[in-house]
Amino acid sequence: MRKALAVFFLAILGYYMLAVLLNFPFGIDHLNPELAGAYLRDTVSKTGAANVVTSIVVNYRGFDTLGEVTVLFLAATGMGALLYKGKTMGRSRQNASVIVKAGSRLLFPLIIILGAYVFIHGHLTPGGGFQGGAIIASGFLLMFISYRNYHVNHRILSNVESTAGSIFVIIGLLGLLYGATFLENIMPLGIPNKLFSAGVIPLIYIAVGFKVGAELTALLDTMLKTVK
Amino acid sequence: MDFLGIIVIILTLILILAALFVIKTKDLVTAVVASAVVSLIASIYFYILQAPDVALTEAAIGVGLSTIIFMITIRKTRRDEE
Repeated sequence: MRKALAVFFLAILGYYMLAVLLNFPFGIDHLNPELAGAYLRDTVSKTGAANVVTSIVVNYRGFDTLGEVTVLFLAATGMGALLYKGKTMGRSRQNASVIVKAGSRLLFPLIIILGAYVFIHGHLTPGGGFQGGAIIASGFLLMFISYRNYHVNHRILSNVESTAGSIFVIIGLLGLLYGATFLENIMPLGIPNKLFSAGVIPLIYIAVGFKVGAELTALLDTMLKTVK
Repeated sequence: MDFLGIIVIILTLILILAALFVIKTKDLVTAVVASAVVSLIASIYFYILQAPDVALTEAAIGVGLSTIIFMITIRKTRRDEE
């Protein structure tokens, strides 16, 4: 009975997916080729960002990015609320080997600098706030793995997180105040391909980078504290 | 066939084998490592297909952070699948 029901629902789902896909104009390049062309053609002159992906993520779809940051914040908060324990479970017992410890000490600042580079140059080169923040968190992960008693200050991390999130919202509200819409670009665009260009995009990506890095680091530390 | 085409074929074979291995193996730790291999090859694909933004994300999240989160979870539960 259950299998018959499953087959029935799968058949309905398959019928509608087939109906949608048959109406899809395969062979023709896109559903709306004009839109993609317009993005590629006008982005650099309109937003000043050399990286089209960044200008779409932060400028055209900036509100979605704010939603994504909020989702990540909620996930990290929920995980912290579920897993938080007052005392750690003896993480200082086993250390990594000397090679891993020395290597990670050498690599850690380089990884942090790479992450900062990725989110500061988000409007020029591939990458951005999320990628840079994830790289910074993986650098901290290396330190957590090699030094078992390496600890981070959660108070500083949560302060960084909330400040960076507030800066994002404040920049958006300034756009509403001095311009017409939320997250409107209110700063001069500058010359494309220069570091100080693209208006508020680098500021927003720096805030997102700090926020994501702090969130993921705090999340990893909370999780690692629960295992021996 | 050019050099890139040969590399893509080899990577696709490794990708499919690793994905099948993730499903078939009973040891969850090796399954997690194999899924990290899948993520790594996917990030190389994103780079070849000219999406370096996505490649960076996939390399940092898929290979680094999600692997360690799965490892912690396995450490807190059980290593072998029934």
